[in-house]
Amino acid sequence: MPTRPLSPHLSVYQMSRYTLATSIFNRLTGLALSAGLLLLVYWLMAVASGAAAHARAARLLSLPLMKLVYLALILAFSYHLVAGIRHLVWDSGHALERTQSRRSAWLVVVLSLILTFGIACGAWLAGIRTP
Amino acid sequence: MGRVLGLGAAKEGVHHWWTQRLTSVALVPLTIWFVVSLLALPVLDHATVCAWMRQTWTALLLIIFVVVAAWHSQLGVRVVIEDYVHALAPRTLTLLLVTFAHVAVAVAGVFAVLRVALGAAP
Repeated sequence: MPTRPLSPHLSVYQMSRYTLATSIFNRLTGLALSAGLLLLVYWLMAVASGAAAHARAARLLSLPLMKLVYLALILAFSYHLVAGIRHLVWDSGHALERTQSRRSAWLVVVLSLILTFGIACGAWLAGIRTP
Repeated sequence: MGRVLGLGAAKEGVHHWWTQRLTSVALVPLTIWFVVSLLALPVLDHATVCAWMRQTWTALLLIIFVVVAAWHSQLGVRVVIEDYVHALAPRTLTLLLVTFAHVAVAVAGVFAVLRVALGAAP
């Protein structure tokens, strides 16, 4: 650790549980989406490498286990999107009061779950179309 | 010295914050477009995906999406590393590797889209 003065440590802040939870979950989902980006580019590279390479990648990407990965990514995307919009609203100087913040935290949870359900249903329907 | 390098308040300091907001605002429509148009594809076989990627708007938006997503991801992961990796040498090394990895991912994504869009894919 550097010896120069640092900003106050986490322990001096009085953070309630929901503040910590929404914040850390935003980070975790962000990291998950970074991994998802890796997966996306892997898929794009496979598409660009021809039908045979795409078929090899498709075998890996259509493993039953991958369904769980996609569901996690959909959840991560939904949460990070809604929580990110909450952050942008805060950055504009709105809804910073404690009661508003508590309400918007719940709104983020509910909306991201609804969005997750919606996208998962869309993906499931798309999967039915795929032979 | 810090002042000369622009490290003081609201010079370079705000750049990371601002870029993170800029990329997040851009990613709202971009990610929604990506999810919707991917789900709208009838099947995800090679021919269909290639035909989709050859459309000018798809290729353009995909390239913007991959670059902005990688940029936003790099900014976010950087903060996580800066917050949790305290020792200087491991922190610098991790930041270096993560930045390289993000540039590689962005370039690979752009290359892949261009390769298909310009008809150079096998």
